[in-house]
Amino acid sequence: MIIQLKNGKLYDPAHGVDGVVRDLYIRDGRIVAQPNSNEKIDQVFDLSGKIVMAGAIDMHSHIGGGKVNIARMMLPEFQIKEYQETRQYTEPEAHICTPSCSHDAVPNTNQTGFRYIEMGYTAAFEPAILPINARQAHLEMGDTPMIDKGGYAMLGNDDYFLRLLSSKAEQKVINDYVAWTLHATQAIGIKVVNPGGISAFKFNQRRLDLDENHSFYQVSPREILKSLSTAVHQLGIAKPLHVHCNNLGAAGNFQTTLDTMGASEGVPMHLTHIQFHSYGAEGDKKFSSAAAQISEALNKHQHITADVGQILFGQTVTASGDSMMQQLNAQYANPKKSVIMDIECDAGCGVVPFKYRDQNYVNALQWAIGLEIFLSVEDPWRIFLTTDHPNGAPFTSYPHLIRLLMDKSFRNEAFAKLNLDAQAMSNLTSLDREYSLYEIAVMTRAGAAKLIGLNDRGHLGAGAAADITIYTDQPDREAMFAKPDYVFKDGELVVRDCKVVKVVWGKTHTAKPAFDIGVEQGLKAYFNQYHTIQLDNFKISNDEIADDGRGGIIIHST
Amino acid sequence: MPVAPTNTNNVTCPACGMLCDDITITSKSPVKISNGCIKSVAFFEQTIANTQPQIAGKPVDLSNAIKHAAAILQQSQHPFFAGLGTEVHGMRALLTLAEKTGATLDHMHSGASVRNTLALQNSGWQTTTLTEIKNRADLIVAIGTDIVSSHPRFLEKLVHNEQSLFNKPKPEVHYLGVDTPEHLPEILNVLNALASNNKVLVDQINGITIASLKTLLEKIHAAHYAVLVWSASKLDYPHAELSIQSITRLISKLNETTRVAGLPLNSGDGDTSVSNTCTWRTGSTANIRFMGKVTVNESIAEYKPYRYSANQSLQHCDSLLWISTLSEAPPPSSDLPMIVIGHPNMQFTRIPEVFIPVGIPGLDHTGIMFRLDSAVSLPLKRVRQSELPTLAYVLHQISEAL
Repeated sequence: MIIQLKNGKLYDPAHGVDGVVRDLYIRDGRIVAQPNSNEKIDQVFDLSGKIVMAGAIDMHSHIGGGKVNIARMMLPEFQIKEYQETRQYTEPEAHICTPSCSHDAVPNTNQTGFRYIEMGYTAAFEPAILPINARQAHLEMGDTPMIDKGGYAMLGNDDYFLRLLSSKAEQKVINDYVAWTLHATQAIGIKVVNPGGISAFKFNQRRLDLDENHSFYQVSPREILKSLSTAVHQLGIAKPLHVHCNNLGAAGNFQTTLDTMGASEGVPMHLTHIQFHSYGAEGDKKFSSAAAQISEALNKHQHITADVGQILFGQTVTASGDSMMQQLNAQYANPKKSVIMDIECDAGCGVVPFKYRDQNYVNALQWAIGLEIFLSVEDPWRIFLTTDHPNGAPFTSYPHLIRLLMDKSFRNEAFAKLNLDAQAMSNLTSLDREYSLYEIAVMTRAGAAKLIGLNDRGHLGAGAAADITIYTDQPDREAMFAKPDYVFKDGELVVRDCKVVKVVWGKTHTAKPAFDIGVEQGLKAYFNQYHTIQLDNFKISNDEIADDGRGGIIIHST
Repeated sequence: MPVAPTNTNNVTCPACGMLCDDITITSKSPVKISNGCIKSVAFFEQTIANTQPQIAGKPVDLSNAIKHAAAILQQSQHPFFAGLGTEVHGMRALLTLAEKTGATLDHMHSGASVRNTLALQNSGWQTTTLTEIKNRADLIVAIGTDIVSSHPRFLEKLVHNEQSLFNKPKPEVHYLGVDTPEHLPEILNVLNALASNNKVLVDQINGITIASLKTLLEKIHAAHYAVLVWSASKLDYPHAELSIQSITRLISKLNETTRVAGLPLNSGDGDTSVSNTCTWRTGSTANIRFMGKVTVNESIAEYKPYRYSANQSLQHCDSLLWISTLSEAPPPSSDLPMIVIGHPNMQFTRIPEVFIPVGIPGLDHTGIMFRLDSAVSLPLKRVRQSELPTLAYVLHQISEAL
């Protein structure tokens, strides 16, 4: 079976293709070179006037696992339509809905898959899998249809690692433990959240700075970052260490973020939802934008990548592994409730509902700071489009965010409606940049695939998996990106006119670098003495994810 | 169905919410286990009386029983799926069937679990998990529960453990209102008042001196990591969710200066597994009715913990599917056409229209369950040969036959 996609205008940054009209061919789920003239073309789609990109990849979205499920349980009101503040699309702060959009910041697994594919996203990565909770994360992702998935396992606050580090274990021992964790949790990357801070909070420390010591282990976040980033780098997996910096959300935290960039001493690191870490403490309200300093540093430090974690106005919920900072944020909860958990000498979590309001000084400035970063970071290959779903906004608002980036007058019109004090503290209107379609394709496709190491995704070259999204070229970029005409997943037409026409299940992407199995001796003793489950039951087998053939694992080479 | 090999090490016991997975089957016949407790010994030693499906009490083969069950559901306008004593895979299959038939769902222990859910939905909470308790807890306050009646190895594993990561002292266990849980609302209010430095004008409350409550608070303040444990099933009086909120409010207040965490115990029969699975699949815990399709691929489930409770649903629904695979818990008394899928040894006061005995998870087949703290889920093993089908298999067959 050969499908021909004819006359579409291609944006394929992995191959430097910027708006070139060219035909594509799909066979057996893959993009292939033009077949010989004697081969039969089974189906032809005429894509004249259409834009063709690879399926989009969300490299950071909380789509599964304990804290997301806690948010669902805690917030039944999110499912009541009347509760949700919906706006007219004519208002610049509003976003377009797909036909069956539920406005739910914590959609169930089914809705997650459908809403993503309806927007032309064909993969999403859960960025905060607690190793002890990995089975649940995979169960939820296994019940998420339509898209590929994968996740980053959280280390750096687990007592096993902190014991190794404080006892000055050799780097090789750390490397083996990190690799073992990737295997045991079926993850594709490693994340650290508030390095050392989640553990320190269990000892009643309430803040932890980059060079401050954990009160029990006497190690600093800087040492944790150095050790973990080195391990990830030496193991040779593609995805750099995913770093949620210390001091999330705190006024003046930009200095921590700048200092964190140097903590790995040149080894690659990815700083996630950097908007939440770009705050100054200037002005009457002691809260200001440090987007300029952060962007300048990002432009300078070639080993650092970042995603933005843009906030957009409306009701959402923040679900984070950062129990220490969420404990502090709980006072701002709206509605007024929160869940904070200490978890298994492994990590923690904090779930706090938020309602970002455009007339609130801090919220308005957060919105502006995110956009300032997007527009000031020069290299689209090192900055990624996220809302840290659902923490800054639900992922369903991506098309709106894309229009804010591509349409300066639309952006400035929205800015003019913000809290006036916040407007006075932002230079957003002086930033004239408008993202091009090519740059959007870098951020949401080619760059994301390269960062995670998905060699056959995020591009349209021969041999790539045929995850393809086709839009109608229209000046309103939000309308365009909200409603693709066609989406192909692994070569099958799954969305037509923004409606799902075929249900598929996608695969789970993993990385499994080689390691010395001897690492299990120490782990076994640790589990026997201190844990409440058996080491063997901690590990997740391939069969569990295959789930009677519906799911499956893709292992990426290192 | 793939036949998994029987396995005897690191066996997970689903007999209570602790999910101890250090069980070893040391002898198969007669069954002997190590690291067992009174509940796990009874669980692993149980034998099966009946494997034959029945229609109106008469033995039939499985395919006929499935057809008959499908016919009952087909005729029903509002089927009620109750009991829900199962693990994750069983619940997934059940949700698929419920979606197809527009069923109302309720777990047999929802009376208790809804108290926790309401407290969570009202104000949230601050909680911890078993490994944290084992290594950190230096004071445990057991509120309205002795813990071990429902979770027998709790003290053995988490209080009397010799080794812990941070060289903490063995925790004192302080019991509060175990014999008279109905006295707890006032006691908890006084504790909250004291914690907020409000004046308390009486000397004692419900037989407990204010001085002893002050001493308890001082102990909690002095501890590095106190854990307040409660069991919603033991708080069995009207609006007990408010008592749970009193506990969580107290924890929240104490965390302003020190570290304190809560631990809600669960009630068993897969309640934590069912509630988690139902939540990620539908957005809500298992007091829902499937209201029909939004699109071809998506249905909507309405969450109403009172309206879709067992008492209400038995009055408003027109058929009953009772599921209990982990225990012999029988269906509630009702005149509705009744399908029972569950434990082979279940006894009935009224013979159901259809009875399909199925395997017991963790004994006759594999599965996945959530521990009482929800943070940990564990694989269940198949530890003996069995001819019984799994619940998931039977439910899929019924779905197919519709």
